[in-house]
Amino acid sequence: MKYDTIIIGAGLSGLAAGIRLAYYEKSVCIVERHNRIGGLNSFYRLRGREHDVGLHAVTNWAPLGVRSAPINRLMRQLRLRPEDFELAPQIESAIVFPECTLRFGNDFSLLEAEVAEHFPAEIDRFRNLVREIDQFDAFRLGPRPSSAREVLAERLKDPLLVEMLLCPIFFYGSPTPDDIDFLDFVILFRSIFREGFGRPRAGIRPILNRLTRQFRDHGGELKLNCGVQRIIHDGHRVNGVILDDGRLLEADNVLSSAGLVETLDLCQAPPEIRQQHPAGELSFIELICCLDIEPARLGIDRTIVFFNTSERIPYHCPEGPAELGCGVICCPNNFHYDQPLDDGRVRITVLANPEYWLDLPVDRYASEKETWRPRIVDAACRIVPDFRDHIVDTDLFTPRTIHRYTGHVNGAVYGAPRKIRDGRTYLEGLYLCGTDQGYLGIVGSMLSGITVANLYLLK
Amino acid sequence: MNEEQIKQVILEILARIAPDEDLSDLKDEVPFRDQLDLDSMDFLDIVMELRKLFRIQIPEEDYEHLASMESTVKYLAPLLKNVESPA
Repeated sequence: MKYDTIIIGAGLSGLAAGIRLAYYEKSVCIVERHNRIGGLNSFYRLRGREHDVGLHAVTNWAPLGVRSAPINRLMRQLRLRPEDFELAPQIESAIVFPECTLRFGNDFSLLEAEVAEHFPAEIDRFRNLVREIDQFDAFRLGPRPSSAREVLAERLKDPLLVEMLLCPIFFYGSPTPDDIDFLDFVILFRSIFREGFGRPRAGIRPILNRLTRQFRDHGGELKLNCGVQRIIHDGHRVNGVILDDGRLLEADNVLSSAGLVETLDLCQAPPEIRQQHPAGELSFIELICCLDIEPARLGIDRTIVFFNTSERIPYHCPEGPAELGCGVICCPNNFHYDQPLDDGRVRITVLANPEYWLDLPVDRYASEKETWRPRIVDAACRIVPDFRDHIVDTDLFTPRTIHRYTGHVNGAVYGAPRKIRDGRTYLEGLYLCGTDQGYLGIVGSMLSGITVANLYLLK
Repeated sequence: MNEEQIKQVILEILARIAPDEDLSDLKDEVPFRDQLDLDSMDFLDIVMELRKLFRIQIPEEDYEHLASMESTVKYLAPLLKNVESPA
């Protein structure tokens, strides 16, 4: 049979697009190379414990009734109820620099008060910036490259405040070293600061399960362990895909969430097109620590801490294996759940050098992970209260892990620096969604799938 | 379907697209946009739902007829006159 659309990748964007197409009776098949769904936001079980990959928190927190909030628009488009994701709101997060800490939560007035207290000379300029961000039309398609760092340096005077505001935004979505496109800055500022964080008690699983059920209930087909080896086309238009096992699946359209350069490679795109699109180079190590105690009892009472220890955030590919001077410390226990999690968790994310981790021989790879494990814990314990005596298990994943499970070149979590906002490619019938289309975060990735499906695939 | 049946169908579609909106006071002659918090994605869904239910294609240049309940019913009446009500 010939499908209306084949979707490459069963991550959040692919599943969301799939739901839209299946709901409107398009014949749609999602093919996923891995043996489970989720892509960059997935899950696994290790030594009896459940872990999430990716998800620290779902951004874009909004009360159930606010219709215009992105998360609620998203749920309407998927014909789900906002309560289906079972999100619990965060307790409180912070940006921690040596000379200053700014707290923020799901009520924007906290950050505003913190800026007023710590940067009294900046508060009027900060409010003007917030107004500008609120009025910015972020969902209009079309390229608009400009540096958020430059815009902020113009609008605010104090470089420390600029650096502090950029810190969470870089770590939660910038594919660009030391900067971020102003449009992405706006989207992330709203989703992190204006709206905030929530998390389902059971992590990413209930979200992925709910999406998969919705997709299948409406007739969508999902094939796991089913990688795409090549996208078939005649140089102008796609005809389908060839799977890893050599089977051909025909389709009028292919929607790829594999990433831009990854998708171009699947097309065997001409070098002159391929060269226009450099791969992303920012990747991370994440260390998950399981504790025998509620982190709050040790004084780790914040939800997410974004830290930086130098004057300027070194948000670029580190020269050594990893950069411990800045990062994210996430404590999934610190959300307002109905009941506490089964064990304590601290997750630490730092920048890593993809080339280094990808090129290590197998035996050195294991020993290098052992070397970096305590270093990363030590770096975190300089920022939050010491939890070293309470660690009962850890797991560490690197750019190599990310590359293996997502296929992203360099394990680049936020994809290529240059986004394809309209989702179109050099081939007719081939579209992009997900990280490289350009809406960021959990909610952004789902909106990406929906937007591209609505624009091109429901006709 | 008669006009009243079409109106019921539209109300059901709106209830699916905007489950948390109160539709009981909806005024037929006033644009949806002025009474309900609908964005362009929601309007696309009205068209798509009609297509799913009745297999009718509404060309883009006709979307303006879907502005209010009154104009929508008037526009759809001839298209749906030989169609059975789904209820």
